[in-house]
Amino acid sequence: MTTERTPVRFYQVGSFAVGNRLVALDQRSAQSDPERANSLTSGHRACAGCGEALGARYALDAAMRITKGQLVAVNSTGCLEVFSTPYPETSWRIPWLHSLFANAPSVATGVAAGLRAKGRGDVRVVGQGGDGGTADIGFGSLSGMFERNDDVLFICYDNQGYMNTGVQRSGTTPGAARTATTQAVGPHPGNVFGQGKDMPRIAMAHDIPYVATATVADLFDLETKVERAMAHHGARYLHVLVPCPLGWGAASSDTIRLARLAHESGIFPVFEAEHGQVVSSLPIRRRTPVEEYLRPQRRFAHLFNKSGEVSAVDVVAQIQAQADRNIERYGLLTEEEL
Amino acid sequence: MTHKPFAITLGVGSSLANKTGSWRVERPVYVDRLPPCNNGCPAGENIQAWLYQAEEGDYEAAWRIIMESNPLPAIMGRACFHPCELACNRVQIDEAVGINAVERFLGDRAIESGWTVTSTAPASGRKVLVVGSGPAGLSAAYHLRLMGHDVEVYEGAPLPGGMLRYGIPAYRLPRDVVDAEIDRIRAMGVVFRLNSPVDDVESLMSKGGFDAAFVAVGSQRGKNPEIPSGDAAKVLDAVSMLHGFEEGEGPVLGRRVVVYGGGDTAMDAARTAQRLGATETIVVYRRTRDRMPAHDEEVIDAQAEGVQMRWLSTVTRAEGGRLMLEKMVLDDAGKAVGTGEFEELEADSLVLALGQDTDLSLLDGSAGVDTAGGVIGVDHNQMTGRAGVFAGGDAAASPTGERTVTAAVGHGARAAAAIDRWIVGEILEVPERRPLATLDRLNPWYYADAPRTMRPRLEAVRRRSNFDEVVGGLNADDALFEARRCMSCGNCFECDNCFGVCPDNAVIKLGSGLRYEFNLDYCKGCGICAKECPCGAIDMVPEHR
Repeated sequence: MTTERTPVRFYQVGSFAVGNRLVALDQRSAQSDPERANSLTSGHRACAGCGEALGARYALDAAMRITKGQLVAVNSTGCLEVFSTPYPETSWRIPWLHSLFANAPSVATGVAAGLRAKGRGDVRVVGQGGDGGTADIGFGSLSGMFERNDDVLFICYDNQGYMNTGVQRSGTTPGAARTATTQAVGPHPGNVFGQGKDMPRIAMAHDIPYVATATVADLFDLETKVERAMAHHGARYLHVLVPCPLGWGAASSDTIRLARLAHESGIFPVFEAEHGQVVSSLPIRRRTPVEEYLRPQRRFAHLFNKSGEVSAVDVVAQIQAQADRNIERYGLLTEEEL
Repeated sequence: MTHKPFAITLGVGSSLANKTGSWRVERPVYVDRLPPCNNGCPAGENIQAWLYQAEEGDYEAAWRIIMESNPLPAIMGRACFHPCELACNRVQIDEAVGINAVERFLGDRAIESGWTVTSTAPASGRKVLVVGSGPAGLSAAYHLRLMGHDVEVYEGAPLPGGMLRYGIPAYRLPRDVVDAEIDRIRAMGVVFRLNSPVDDVESLMSKGGFDAAFVAVGSQRGKNPEIPSGDAAKVLDAVSMLHGFEEGEGPVLGRRVVVYGGGDTAMDAARTAQRLGATETIVVYRRTRDRMPAHDEEVIDAQAEGVQMRWLSTVTRAEGGRLMLEKMVLDDAGKAVGTGEFEELEADSLVLALGQDTDLSLLDGSAGVDTAGGVIGVDHNQMTGRAGVFAGGDAAASPTGERTVTAAVGHGARAAAAIDRWIVGEILEVPERRPLATLDRLNPWYYADAPRTMRPRLEAVRRRSNFDEVVGGLNADDALFEARRCMSCGNCFECDNCFGVCPDNAVIKLGSGLRYEFNLDYCKGCGICAKECPCGAIDMVPEHR
């Protein structure tokens, strides 16, 4: 299984909390270290409770720990770029480049090639962007980077929409979700089903060395995956679910809870794959019906009545069927739960 | 501004210049709440605090925290009915933390290791009389001694311990444990005057020059309702039977023993009768199992040892060799009423366990003491109507009606604190309790699944012939595991979650034991830290504008 962590004797909060005073320092998460890189530092202009700001710091701090600070990040256009670098300020404490919306994977390829030419193979390259820059606008250059197997880890922080431009639909917006461009009106309110792009599976179809998914709700899992990714060379892809309080219409305090429910309901499968084959998945601890995940989000409010009961029974059943299919496809339940 | 690249007009600045704290409408605040275990402990132990030390394997530090409130951990780890575990939030997740088992482990470890407590307070020169050496008296004597007072404990019996020795059977509480914990108190300088029954508190106080007194004589006298009985009938009361057995008188009970009553004493008497060779022991109780005052654990153990139960029956007459029982029914109010239907039951002896009362004539000379209803009336500081005379344990009226070893220890501790204030002319102020750390404030997802460790129990068949201790102790590994099941409800245990989950790096880690601080320059007030705090130690409060 993915979470092949150093086995620890039971420590009160197990391996789920960020740290633990009873666990040896080297077994704690990078985030528990008071000297952590803080790759994305305070003062950034992300909304309160931003999952992307959290996911980016989690992933890059882990990469910084593994590479001992020898890391360059290339960012595509998107929330993450906009909120972190309003000219002339920057929130980045790592070497960081931004060029265009569509070309972050190509620029990352170029940076990796340049470093190789200069004999700096010790410096690793991360490309990163939102779901728009990854699944839609930067899709061609990303696919090219995969095809050439360039030595770049590309991380997609997926908040399922174009959030900073006013919450428009993207290729990863889920069915039935309301966005500015998929209003909750008409006979089939919200985003249509069946047109989204399943980025991790598209990446796997390129047979690249490593593909994984993660959420901001399981820090240890996310850090383990960054570590695994950095242990490989060639093109690697990490897809991190980062809830967006603004675009999802959720309480700012619910960011991690929603990511957890996405995994626990099966709607967002957490797994890893090597060379196109799924090799492990993170089991669901407490299986939850998808409606628990949908209810706190106003983008799905049209599926519920005023007292919070499911009103669009067929739509919720359709989403539940997707979750059930994920559970089956990725083996997300342990044997006793099946 | 000289070495700037082409077309760059401003130097690079850090976003740290942007104080996002100004966005905030709510701010996070660290709080400490009262854990339900502490709230439920009649002895006033800070359970969570000692479990915290035990989690790290620092057993001595853990034991010393228990000793701040309760001088009898090894006894309590056996005789307490652990209301803390009933209150434990973990009950609603898997099973309660085995607090009682860990306490016993710590108490036993202290006895093995010879850990002691010494008073560091300067001698006050004041003298306090303690009447009775049961749990309340021992607790009061210990705490008073810690505060620097001279303490003399008067005890009518030849050995100290009160109900610990003469009430609770040895299979539940071995006597070497009782001796060890009392000896530790004696070694602190508490003077025990054994074989010294007190018949007049007032005259003893003036003769002995005592500044204050604590009366904790227990309720050692079995209630004897009028049950018509023939000359040949063997009727005795449970308290005298248990006491007599402890003093070496083997009571002759016969082969068929009937115990009449439904409390813990009835269970003790029945289980003792089993061990003394009764082939059949039957408990007769006038109401039903769910209305029995005895603790569940005791009833289950008694039944496992072969004690039979007869519900909804009263004993109306005892003759040599047989009893007359009347069948009862419960009326709408749950009261048992007779049906007029009778049956006979063969019995060689009848043991009455119908409650106890107290001989309070020792307070006859103390004006103002209320002894109505057979108990001593006390205020919230355990003081009686006679200033300077305090009372506790089973002999004193308790607002909750609870009469247990644990409540007695709590009375003793509270009385000691109040006496300490009273003799310098002050009144003890009890601080207000913090709000409770309820489960809905916790985020239990973070706690690993971990069912409790069961204490080994002596097999029932092997219990019947001897007084070996029935419930075993935990080993060090299991005790550590059990302590670590504590969720630290309502109080930070430094898991770093708030420090990790903040999207704005606005939590400052102050270092081991120092917890955390919010950096309000950057905190946007999103509330993730509060929601993801496993133990519910962060509140979000509105910002004042």
